[in-house]
Amino acid sequence: MASKTLYSQRDPMLKRDGFEDILEERRNSSDLKYALRCYAPVLYKGVTPCKANMLKNIVLQSDQLHYVINQVSQESGEAPDIIQEEASVILEEMAHRLQISTVRFFAFALSKAFKTLFQHVCVNEEGIQRLQQAIQEHPVVLLPSHRSYMDFLLMSYILYTYDLALPVIAAGMDFMGMKFVGEMLRMSGAFFIRRSFGGDKLYWAVFSEYVKTMLRNGFAPIEFFLEGTRSRTCKSLTPKLGLLNIVIEPFFKGEVFDVNLVPVSISYERILEESLYARELLGVPKPKESTSGLLKARRILSEDYGSIHVYFGQPVSVRSLAQGKVNRSKYNLFPRHIPRKPMEETQSFVNDTAYRIVRLQEDNMVLKPWVLMASLLLQNLEGLELSVLTEQTLWLRGLALSYAAFLDWPDHAPTAKVVSSSLALHRGLACVSGGRVSLVVGEPLGPVTPEEALFNRAVSVLSCASYRNQVLHVFLRPAMLAVAMHTAASSRKNEVYNCFSFLWDVFSNDFILCPGDTVQDFEEACYLLVKTGAVQMPQQDIEMTDRGQPILSFFNGLLEPFLQGYQVVCRYLCEEASEGLTEKQYIPAVRSFAVKLILAGNLRCYEVLSSDMQKNALAALLRMDAVRKVKVADQVTLIVNKMAVNSIDDILGGKLPTQKAVLARL
Amino acid sequence: MASNSNSSESQRIAQQRLRIIAGHLQKQKDDDSGIIATECKAEANKGTVPRKRQEIMKWNGWGYSDSKFLFNKKGHAEFTGKRYRLSGMVLPSLQDWFENTFGASVNHKSPATPTLNASAVPPASLNEAFVEDLKTTGIPFSHEAEDRVFRAHGHCLHEIFALREGKKFERVPDMVVWPNCHNDVVKIVELACKHNVCLIPYGGGTSVTSALECPPEETRCIVSLDTSQMNRILWIDEKNLVAHVEAGIIGQDLERLLNESGYCTGHEPDSMEFSSLGGWVATRASGMKKNVYGNIEDLVIHIKVVTPRGVIEKSCQGPRMSTGPDIHHFILGSEGTLGVVTEVTMKIRPIPEYQKYGSVVFPNFEAGVACLREVAKQRCAPASIRLMDNEQFQFGHALKPQVSSIFTNFVEGLKKFYITKFKGFDPHQLVVATLLFEGDRERVLQHEKQVYDIAATFGGLAAGEDNGQRGYILTFVIAYLRDLGMDYYVVAESFETSVPWDRVLDLCRNVKERINRECKERGVQFQPLTSCRVTQTYDAGACVYFYFAFNYRGLADPVHTYEQVEHAAREEILANGGSLSHHHGVGKLRKEWMKESISSLGVGMLQSVKDYVDPDNIFGNRNLL
Repeated sequence: MASKTLYSQRDPMLKRDGFEDILEERRNSSDLKYALRCYAPVLYKGVTPCKANMLKNIVLQSDQLHYVINQVSQESGEAPDIIQEEASVILEEMAHRLQISTVRFFAFALSKAFKTLFQHVCVNEEGIQRLQQAIQEHPVVLLPSHRSYMDFLLMSYILYTYDLALPVIAAGMDFMGMKFVGEMLRMSGAFFIRRSFGGDKLYWAVFSEYVKTMLRNGFAPIEFFLEGTRSRTCKSLTPKLGLLNIVIEPFFKGEVFDVNLVPVSISYERILEESLYARELLGVPKPKESTSGLLKARRILSEDYGSIHVYFGQPVSVRSLAQGKVNRSKYNLFPRHIPRKPMEETQSFVNDTAYRIVRLQEDNMVLKPWVLMASLLLQNLEGLELSVLTEQTLWLRGLALSYAAFLDWPDHAPTAKVVSSSLALHRGLACVSGGRVSLVVGEPLGPVTPEEALFNRAVSVLSCASYRNQVLHVFLRPAMLAVAMHTAASSRKNEVYNCFSFLWDVFSNDFILCPGDTVQDFEEACYLLVKTGAVQMPQQDIEMTDRGQPILSFFNGLLEPFLQGYQVVCRYLCEEASEGLTEKQYIPAVRSFAVKLILAGNLRCYEVLSSDMQKNALAALLRMDAVRKVKVADQVTLIVNKMAVNSIDDILGGKLPTQKAVLARL
Repeated sequence: MASNSNSSESQRIAQQRLRIIAGHLQKQKDDDSGIIATECKAEANKGTVPRKRQEIMKWNGWGYSDSKFLFNKKGHAEFTGKRYRLSGMVLPSLQDWFENTFGASVNHKSPATPTLNASAVPPASLNEAFVEDLKTTGIPFSHEAEDRVFRAHGHCLHEIFALREGKKFERVPDMVVWPNCHNDVVKIVELACKHNVCLIPYGGGTSVTSALECPPEETRCIVSLDTSQMNRILWIDEKNLVAHVEAGIIGQDLERLLNESGYCTGHEPDSMEFSSLGGWVATRASGMKKNVYGNIEDLVIHIKVVTPRGVIEKSCQGPRMSTGPDIHHFILGSEGTLGVVTEVTMKIRPIPEYQKYGSVVFPNFEAGVACLREVAKQRCAPASIRLMDNEQFQFGHALKPQVSSIFTNFVEGLKKFYITKFKGFDPHQLVVATLLFEGDRERVLQHEKQVYDIAATFGGLAAGEDNGQRGYILTFVIAYLRDLGMDYYVVAESFETSVPWDRVLDLCRNVKERINRECKERGVQFQPLTSCRVTQTYDAGACVYFYFAFNYRGLADPVHTYEQVEHAAREEILANGGSLSHHHGVGKLRKEWMKESISSLGVGMLQSVKDYVDPDNIFGNRNLL
């Protein structure tokens, strides 16, 4: 059934669609004509498009909203009219004002920009056809991966190009800081939501009713980013469930027959924000979105960012996914317009669905040869002979392909050429000198403190890591098995499994691991390693083969930064952290601890400087109850269970066997 | 439109309607009008239904043998016989509708086996001791194959399909008995208990829930207890407006006999031509005029039931009692699992002075449902109000008889022009509500205006009495039409549910879509017909009735496909807040959902009643639980 189709997506024999370059036509014909051409998309069951104002009225008059307005009014003592007015203001702030003229402006401007920035913008047209079909049959939710600000403009641009219904896009409020641009985006279909509104019932009601109204009536595909924010590391982020819950609920309540979720994978050969992200991860705060900032970004226009691949995945039917998992009749006994917390059954379904969609996004991410090269370079920070790099890249290509990676490798080009052109495109990250390839470290002007030097080096390592991260999902499971075999120091299958399951648990904030899939992932890992001849599995054992050595050692190296990073965090919490460490102090404190270690020559791993890894490690420790959060006054303090943290550290370091008892105590 | 009809015209139509539905079309034997208390076996049988049902009814289809639809040599549809308003008429648009809707062709016939193949009937396995004792009572019985097969089924698609195909029967009753009165039933039940024989009560045989199917695992002798000869009105009490009636009486006879005394029950389920009073009680039946008269549970005052433990009845006929849970409610809906309903006291009403049909067209189904909801809210529903979706509206139109005068044609054309062109209704979206008003003339007209005024606020346009009446004809001939479909590779069935108002639209849309999708997935080559109507309104919700049909050419096992789709449709109904059944019942067809529907504790409660009343499972049809 549906879960099967999801799984079969990962089938190595999977045939993926081919791509068409949509810029090619743009280079050969008038952009103006293109922007002004007739645009008449097909809509859901032929509904007539709904004007933005009408939509607002439907929302403001809905039973759902009235219920909450009365509730809030009773609680606050404020008259319903005033609350209604408030709701109307919220909606005004939130709602999109899609205008075709603005869309045409963007179509024109983006055509120009894309042609300067990118060599190709490639789209799988079969995916477009499937989407077109889906839009007519069911309400559609577009779920693109999120790596760049470009993402949603790019999505709308593509849909406009193919004469498909333009989506309405959930965007973060921070965009609204950019006055003019914010309004432009609004007129191209963005609607704005505050980043946090946890307790605000009214806000939530307006927001969810707004989204649901658009969905139920099928006025336009809804688009949002499951990951919630741009991934600064190019690893997929743990999905956020709020919006997904909202778009799925109308199905459970029977208000729509089905909802189609369409995962979209947007792969950039080079990300516009590349070094910006690395700096951000190292603690240089992200620049506040401002129009002038955007204008400064114009210098970006002079660089070559390679190609973009946009893959529209198979629409996923919520109905078939939910079959047998959620009993919809449980919604029968409660009025549908009264907001309710989702039931446990529903929550775990939505969570599961979110993970599966993100995995589908990952599966269809197009990988460039550079991604493989970056993985190799990061394991050889001192540099590699060009010839060795070429040879190993070719070897890694074979491995990646046998693990069903979606690799965009130029046809009929000699490997050496592929490698050199990749190096050329990423000359900001790696350079060849004297036949050796090594990372480029930015040279600041003037005298350099050791910290500054370290910082510069960390920027290039993290930038490079953002490319390696793109291939992680392909190798993740076998790599965790390789690490498990290494740390378990035993060939007994059950011991290796214990270790694997421990790692799986620890790293489930860093990687997309579907909840409850430990066994399945373990089996997949075994299958893949056996398939590539890296291990054999006689009886109850898992043994490395002679051929397996390079594969397993590559995998160990691949995850090494994560193991080390988490250990550093553990060590910090055990050795250095003071009583009353607050959550706010945590990141800078870990960072300076790591800096100290590196400067002292006791640590060679730079990735631990990434706030992303630090946050994920803390989240893992919190999840495993090794650290607790306590709220004291306005501060959130971290209480460390040193024994538990210590034993996690030891297991990661292979010093302590993973035993059920240990896990249970944790 | 209310204004352009005079009273005599309405009266005529009202009379006609009574003739269609309730009218007894056979010659009456002798007309002794006095309705008096009768002794068991004291008088000749006056009922429509003879012991040998097959003498007047089809053995493998719906209704009277002389009435059926067929396509004549010109390809025009006609309805044979003389019993109905449509009888003897040519229906020129039916063929086009039929071929276009189903992708069927009048050239592709799938004829039924003409006669019952007696060798396909398993031999009767008789309990000799029971038979011997039964003989001493003088109660007639039979173990002829025709009699037994006739009582081995209801009117589910798979049952009729199997009969038409001449399939071998797995299990049929071993014999049929015809008690003539309550005391006969007492004797039969006693003997059944004594000899451990399985009894299956049989009333009108119109079940659509597999309730009459014999459990194949039943090894005892199965006796079908046919109540058709218990068909007298025993007395009428005009002071309290109640009548005491034997439960085997069928709807049309009950109505005809009461009409003779100036009364009616007003209980008119669509099956009333053939279904029996006992059957209504046993399934919790609902009549189309329940808004005025109530459903069966509102109509019965007293019930007498013969069970293996003895006779259940109340000690008085108080109109309402607070004496613990109402024991009637163990009987109502018991589906023949506890005993045989033998006599019922039910409310009667004077025949209404005036009856008037009406109809309203709405631009779309949503508007129609909103209007019905408002009518229910204002509690001003006419005797019947039904909303047919567009598909059913077109279906109804296909049943228009040949129009004799050019003038009528012209008027029809004008009406159509007015609605579709002038008022801008999309002919593929518009729906029609059919109405039936009853009461004294003044009030009917007043009521009519009230309803039309509400309809107008939802964009409804009055569309004449004729359209209204045609809507009701459809429900009475639909089962005959199914037989026609089956002659041309089309299988069809109906099912129903009840659902809160706010979920009506979602349920209708989702169920239709589910059916379409399931059909596609199961290899049905042609677009199925899915149609629904809101057929009853209540304060808190509505009853929704679905028709579902498809052309099965190219399918290896159409019945199985059909059953899978219906199963899916039922799941969809339940998931959308609909009930397991509004009035058809559970039978064996929907048993699997009972726990989900009433909780396992609820099932346990029912089971403990069954265990107490019938510890040896004498009434072993295995319905419900």
